[in-house]
Amino acid sequence: MSNPGVTTQVMQWVETRLPIFSFINHSVGTEYPTPRNLNYWWSLGSIAGVALVLQIVTGIVLAMHYVPHADMAFDSVEHIMRDVNYGWMLRYMHANGASLFFVAVYIHMFRGLYFGSYKAPRELLWWFGILIFLAMMATAFMGYVLPWGQMSFWGATVITNMFTAIPVVGEAVTTWLWGGYSVAGPTLQRFFSLHYLLPFVIFALMFLHLWALHTSKSNNPLGIDVKSEKDTLPFHPYFTTKDLVGFGVFFVILAYWVFFNPNYMGHPDNYIPANPLVTPPHIVPEWYFLPFYAILRAVPDKLGGVVLMLGAILILFVIPWLDTSRVRSATFRPVYKGFFWIFVVNGLVLGWIGANPPEGAYIIIGRIATAYYFAHFILVMPIVGWFEKPKPLPDSIAAAVLGDDSAKEAN
Amino acid sequence: MTTTTPEGGHEDGATRRDFLYIATGAMSVVGAGLFVWPLVDQMNPSADVLALASTELDLSAIEEGQAVTVMWRGKPVFVRHRTAEEIATAKTDDSAALPDIALDSDRVQKAEWLILIGVCTHLGCVPLGQKSTEVKGEYGGWFCPCHGSHYDTSGRIRKGPAPKNLGVPPYVFLDDSHIRIG
Repeated sequence: MSNPGVTTQVMQWVETRLPIFSFINHSVGTEYPTPRNLNYWWSLGSIAGVALVLQIVTGIVLAMHYVPHADMAFDSVEHIMRDVNYGWMLRYMHANGASLFFVAVYIHMFRGLYFGSYKAPRELLWWFGILIFLAMMATAFMGYVLPWGQMSFWGATVITNMFTAIPVVGEAVTTWLWGGYSVAGPTLQRFFSLHYLLPFVIFALMFLHLWALHTSKSNNPLGIDVKSEKDTLPFHPYFTTKDLVGFGVFFVILAYWVFFNPNYMGHPDNYIPANPLVTPPHIVPEWYFLPFYAILRAVPDKLGGVVLMLGAILILFVIPWLDTSRVRSATFRPVYKGFFWIFVVNGLVLGWIGANPPEGAYIIIGRIATAYYFAHFILVMPIVGWFEKPKPLPDSIAAAVLGDDSAKEAN
Repeated sequence: MTTTTPEGGHEDGATRRDFLYIATGAMSVVGAGLFVWPLVDQMNPSADVLALASTELDLSAIEEGQAVTVMWRGKPVFVRHRTAEEIATAKTDDSAALPDIALDSDRVQKAEWLILIGVCTHLGCVPLGQKSTEVKGEYGGWFCPCHGSHYDTSGRIRKGPAPKNLGVPPYVFLDDSHIRIG
């Protein structure tokens, strides 16, 4: 057997019938060439994968104790917190794990934006990433409804009411989503069903994401193509080890939130059972939705707000064509680099606006930040790419990383 | 360890890197184990289930010859106020051919109170014989309708496929007329 990973007779027996070992080896092993200059920003993809697995594992065990019924859901969550062995830990892992999953994915997305990872030939790879992000948002939203506290109930009410903005059929669609005339038991039960389903959809999308990745291979901080073997290192052991360091950091951060500050990212109101007659004075979504929530509220029109909020994500699908620069990495784009960081700050401003009540200066700032969000994609990306003079690109990854001499030696 | 070897202590070819691999691997196994245990343990009985692990019962209302069934840990427990005749039969049968040998005196704390787990030791059905209208089997105790096991007035298996006598739960007499099971 020519495959280096297949060493024992048992492995060979399996390999000839199902080439699982060479598959693994070509995916994450010594046979997968990876640009040798990947930095730690490239660890966030595998960290997001670990976060997804953690969510599925903790979610499956939580579902063994949770009761998706309007009369029992809240109490069953308290039962998990108080009575189930390690239930508090598993629930806090699941709740804080969701937040960290979003942290990892947001960093992963900004990394893609900075280093031009969405550009040819990685457009489909980028698209699957956006689909994963959309599926994550749906999953997280429905998961937040399940404890059936005040924030669950009113968050669900506000979000599902967005569908009433659809012209003509809006009311009918919303009634259909609810299974009634308001958010109630039937809504909770279908959300539970879908909340259990969607992570597996995300898992499948992640496979397509990885399939596309392994076809076009990883982008890298220089944004230039791999030209020779000298530019790469085998994924194992170099990047398996590097990713493990990232996993370690991820678990340490997760442990901090779970064991020392588990409710920081939640809302106290969600420890009050859902009450359809009383709306909490200040409804805010989970932090990872705040920038989009700010965009929703920036528009003084119901349908307009919903369309813009959805558009804020859908516009990501077309950025491979909006960005006119032929240089991928912002490292070599002096003008765009500045705009990138303005965009990051603008995103944080939107998040801050989303967390505050829609009144006074918050409205004005929210509108400016929303306008800038779209301007970044519609104006900055095409125009800067057109007039900007990029810095000279290195000849090869090896030349830039190892110095010109050793790169020549290799050739 | 203390042997000095050339080239910095690689006597058997082991290197610093091998040590790091093994240390990292061992640490990962410990970490994985620490994470897996909560995943396993969450399926064990929760605190509210454990809180229901004992059942108290007032015996004063049970007349001689009557029997009641109470729930203990999700299972029926048979409490029978035996008649003098039933006690006598049970003691006589101590010397009968018993598949699962046990003395009646070892199965009760007070001869008139027979307290048993009402689950057939064959495949877990609940035997008949608690109500006066039910079949009590050939030995006057209980009869399991699922596969035809006969239990006597001490709850011992006498005939049929069940391998063991009906179990005796742990219980204490709190006073003359109150017991706590579990």
